[in-house]
Amino acid sequence: MGEEVKLFRTWSSPFALRIVWALRIKAIEYETVFEDISNKSPSLLQCNPVHGKVPVLLHNGRPIAESLVILEYIDEAWKQAPLLPVDPHERAMARFWAKFGDDKVLGSIWSVFIKQGKEQEEAMVPAMENLKFLEEELKGKKFFGGDTIGFVDLALGWLANLIGLLEEIVGLKVVDGEKLPLLSAWMQEFGDAPIIKDNWPARDRMILKFQALRDATIAAASK
Amino acid sequence: MADEIMLLDWWSSMFGMRVRIALVEKGLKYESREEDLNNKSPLLLEMNPVHTKIPVLIHNGKPICESPIIVQYIDEVWKDKSPLLPADPYQRARARFWADYIDNKIFQLGGKIWTRKGEDREAAKKELMECLKILEGELGEKPYFGGENFGFVDVSLVTFSCWFYAYESCGNFSIEAECPKLIAWTKRCLQKSSVSSSLPDPLKIHDFVVQLRKKFGIE
Repeated sequence: MGEEVKLFRTWSSPFALRIVWALRIKAIEYETVFEDISNKSPSLLQCNPVHGKVPVLLHNGRPIAESLVILEYIDEAWKQAPLLPVDPHERAMARFWAKFGDDKVLGSIWSVFIKQGKEQEEAMVPAMENLKFLEEELKGKKFFGGDTIGFVDLALGWLANLIGLLEEIVGLKVVDGEKLPLLSAWMQEFGDAPIIKDNWPARDRMILKFQALRDATIAAASK
Repeated sequence: MADEIMLLDWWSSMFGMRVRIALVEKGLKYESREEDLNNKSPLLLEMNPVHTKIPVLIHNGKPICESPIIVQYIDEVWKDKSPLLPADPYQRARARFWADYIDNKIFQLGGKIWTRKGEDREAAKKELMECLKILEGELGEKPYFGGENFGFVDVSLVTFSCWFYAYESCGNFSIEAECPKLIAWTKRCLQKSSVSSSLPDPLKIHDFVVQLRKKFGIE
């Protein structure tokens, strides 16, 4: 039976990248629909009427939204190359770390990125605390998933790309190889894995985009 | 070997209530420990070092944190009784989507209604009603969000219902007036012993909120 798989994404969304990686890891054929956030297509709005956001996965005409929900769906609908472990407690821990990434790590890193001077220094404190928890979690493991890339690696994967970019833009080292050796090593291993590496968005375009975002946020905050 | 189940909880937490409901649905015996959130126990700090929050489920010594994750864990371990998530992957994805929606909206908006004043409160009220209407639309004509059976989304939302009276009093509005089907659904859920035994009396929640407002000087 022919499967129809479509992914609505933008060129830069780290959440959509999770889905690209998952589909590639499971060798699922799919069609990409690139969206312009300032001019969303009627299809996207129909598929995700509640949030109107990307990514959305359309599988045989049925839409699934919210990237971590989509990842679990992909893992359940296509059994090859499993992303989540089998043991219920390990699954719960994987879900926990993925949620921690989205609820805490992302916001704390972003705060460091959009602030300056003393405020930026203060923002580094919770960011570093959060990164230390991830460092602890990597003890004895190559990836968060163990020997192979798994659910948590895909969920936290944005770190492997964005951290380097943000550090370059603000001129500040956030993931220091001495203070966070395991996390640094993971960023390298994960970032260089073929499926992951092939799909990073264009670096120079990302730098321009995030520089502009930083400038705009700082300008708005000083009004 | 008998399972050892402990729940670190706080009586008025909608999130703790979700876990209580799930445990009762599965017919499980457990020890409940009420935490003092102003003086967290060493056990809580050890079992949830990242967030130091309740609820925490401790199963045979291993902790599980974050209520939607705990409920899914309970559903996966004790899968033969009262399944909370459906079997079909697409339906499961829909259930997770709506549970995520509830988590991102209801707590913050409800919280603003009793902690803020004036325009902030009015804006939160308006947005809360919009969200509840969307949820009412998703319920449709079904008896439960889970369809014929009480499920994951029902567990996720019903625990807010004991807070509705407090929100309504603080915000001076009626949820039933705009979402009658949703309130009918809450009453249907309360007929289940797992729900009625897990949710405190809305009047008790209301009095608690009044006390807190006095303490923090909120009108």
